Amino acid sequence: MAKGKRSVPEINSSSTADIAFLLLIFFLITTSMDTDRGLARRLPPPPENKEQLDDIIVKERNVLPVRINANDQLMVGSDYLTVGELRDRAKEFIANPFNEANLPEKHEKEIPYFGKVMVTDMHVISLQNDRGTSYQAYIDVQNELVAAYNELRNELAQEKWQKNYSELTPEQQEAVREYYPQKISEAEPKNYGGK
Amino acid sequence: MGKFNKTGKRSMPTLNTSSLPDLIFSLLFFFMIVTTMREVTLKVEFKAPVATELEKLEKKSLVTFIYVGRPTQDLRKKMGSESRIQLNDKFADVAEIQDYITQERSSMKESDQPFMTVSLKIDKDTKMGIVTDIKQALRQAYALKINYSAQLRQ
Repeated sequence: MAKGKRSVPEINSSSTADIAFLLLIFFLITTSMDTDRGLARRLPPPPENKEQLDDIIVKERNVLPVRINANDQLMVGSDYLTVGELRDRAKEFIANPFNEANLPEKHEKEIPYFGKVMVTDMHVISLQNDRGTSYQAYIDVQNELVAAYNELRNELAQEKWQKNYSELTPEQQEAVREYYPQKISEAEPKNYGGK
Repeated sequence: MGKFNKTGKRSMPTLNTSSLPDLIFSLLFFFMIVTTMREVTLKVEFKAPVATELEKLEKKSLVTFIYVGRPTQDLRKKMGSESRIQLNDKFADVAEIQDYITQERSSMKESDQPFMTVSLKIDKDTKMGIVTDIKQALRQAYALKINYSAQLRQ
């Protein structure tokens, strides 16, 4: 039988720290910490044929044309605006608070949580840019339009639930999205405004 | 001088370092979780535009990247200083985008394919002409979910 305890020789583990350090440094070098953020957009599917392009006719009052020219100047409707003024203009257009005749028409719609409400679900913001427009100007405009939608949705959520849009449950968010659907159309490219 | 007798050498008590590896390992795991692998080496200079209404890009495995910008300083002699498109590790033409998207899509799991997102990492000084061409190419390739990469305005 065994005579006392047999001692197991200990493995020298003083170098595991070095190995771990090596791994750590490897991961520090090969990885990047930045999270990707951006403006999410959906492109329209490609046109099947040429005739289909003219098929969709929308009433003039339902469309807000936003144009940017090669010098990054902005034209909304028939006015020249700065990027800072675009947000309020877009909000007024989307919500049409006083049911004006030159802003999008309202339809009655059944939405969960809200019941029957009047919404401007036919509106379209049509964004057109020149080939010479700078990308930063384009993103600025996109950003202002998204901000207009976000502000309207937040206002609605505050009014109804006293919470921000991002704090609502998915079903409530869905209802708010139905109230203010995001409709930004990026028109077929045109080359206007010179080179 | 009995006060200073040297009976037995005094030794410093050794610091117990047996938990050091565990410490480093926990650091390692932290970094492995919060970071992502760098996939391509950038051949174009790319500075994202700034914006405020940003959304986070979910699920890196569903995302395909397209870089646009001026070639980096050392490549400029060969490639010129016009804005170029970079797909994976090489410069490409607008015409190649459709093939690239199809190829990327077929390498995904079938259940993931409808959720494919294309992240456009475009330098802020690029002209919209090239961006419009890319957008048209993406439409033709039915890659309709896109994301304009941008930085948060401080």
